[in-house]
Amino acid sequence: MTNTKEMKKVLFGPILDNNPIALQILGVCSALAVTTKLETALVMSLALTVVTAFSNLFISMIRKQIPSSVRIIVQMTIIASLVIVVDQVLKAYSYEISKQLSVFVGLIITNCIVMGRAEAFAMKSPPFISFLDGIGNGFGYSFVLIVIGTVKELFGFGTILGFEILPLIQNGGWYQGNGLLILPFSSFFLIGGLIWLIRTLKPEQVEPKD
Amino acid sequence: MSAKKETLGRTVGIVLAVCLVCSVIVSTAAVSLRSLQEANAKLDKQTNILAAAGLLEAVQTKDQIATTYHEQVEERYVDLATGQYVEKSTDYDMYKAARDPDRSIKPVPDTAGILRRPNVASVYLVKNPAGEVTRIVLPVHGSGLWNLMYGMLAIDNDGNTVRELIYYDQKETPGLGGEVQNPEWQAKWDGKKLFKNGDVAIDVTKGADANDPYEIDALSGATLTSNGVQNTLDYWLGENGFGPYLTNQPWKS
Repeated sequence: MTNTKEMKKVLFGPILDNNPIALQILGVCSALAVTTKLETALVMSLALTVVTAFSNLFISMIRKQIPSSVRIIVQMTIIASLVIVVDQVLKAYSYEISKQLSVFVGLIITNCIVMGRAEAFAMKSPPFISFLDGIGNGFGYSFVLIVIGTVKELFGFGTILGFEILPLIQNGGWYQGNGLLILPFSSFFLIGGLIWLIRTLKPEQVEPKD
Repeated sequence: MSAKKETLGRTVGIVLAVCLVCSVIVSTAAVSLRSLQEANAKLDKQTNILAAAGLLEAVQTKDQIATTYHEQVEERYVDLATGQYVEKSTDYDMYKAARDPDRSIKPVPDTAGILRRPNVASVYLVKNPAGEVTRIVLPVHGSGLWNLMYGMLAIDNDGNTVRELIYYDQKETPGLGGEVQNPEWQAKWDGKKLFKNGDVAIDVTKGADANDPYEIDALSGATLTSNGVQNTLDYWLGENGFGPYLTNQPWKS
């Protein structure tokens, strides 16, 4: 049914070769908002990976039963339920972070990566490989968030995961935090730069001119 | 996609089944985790009050927060119009009451931009082991640049000297207005005086003199947030806020 090579491709392909943010340009809005600190970026990545993996799994399990006329609504129902469960778990076990992430966990429902993978992959593939595809795309999303989050926190606040790396002037150090990087929209530049970097390394991702 | 799954009965059946399973999962999660979530929210609130009370440094573990809180903090309810204590059940929430037209008023003028103000507010009395009130923690909130900022103002039992101003919920620009939560800025409030000859005299201003008991240095790059802090204090210390309470000083009797 599935061999190891295919599994590897499904699991690790989305990190560089077929990255959901960098190549498919999906899920950018949440990537802008939650990357101010690395910690929130990590939790958001984890939440999205869990939701994508399990929504792919469940949708794939019942893919032969889902009537195609209402398939999007059925997918949304499953995704929304998973997101609410994740949100509840975060509130129960990680209250501080769930306060910082606020609405963005709930907005995973509208994250195009989850929906896109459900529609494009899970509806056509058996459960296990769909589950791996969800995890793989979660990794791809996480990869971008972690890179952006690290850059923004390091150069914006001078810290990594709250540990001081570059001591800020206002705390008696020498480093002047970059105010632009603290704001959500600076992720546009960073994601743009990342896409450029990936496409320079992998020229096959560059779209042909019309 | 075979045609047989497209009959009406089958479609409705599948949709109902999916909804049923999903709702069971969601409600199970919500019900089974609720007690943990409520405990978290309560702990968070107690932590903020203890921080304002200056008792948080002595606390090491989460269990100690609840113990210290119950030993040294007493929640009382103040009728803002009269400045006297009133009795309320312990689950009274002033921010919920502010949304109820029967239990709140529209402040005129609404200088802090809070829209509605509850008739009865919570205050937290910090007591020493002898039972004397050493600090009063007042919940305050007002508009900043982007959204309402919620904070705790801790004052000495003279009703005039500030000990802490802790913002615990704000959505100001990180690094600029968000610096209201910076410990260094918070430390500047310690020892400042609120009233001069009965009027609110505390002033958040640029280039403040650190030795002037009525001046606090404004946040650089965050004029509107600083103005928000000023308006919040003006409102809550004034006639429509805790003014009557701070004049009557019922904690002394």
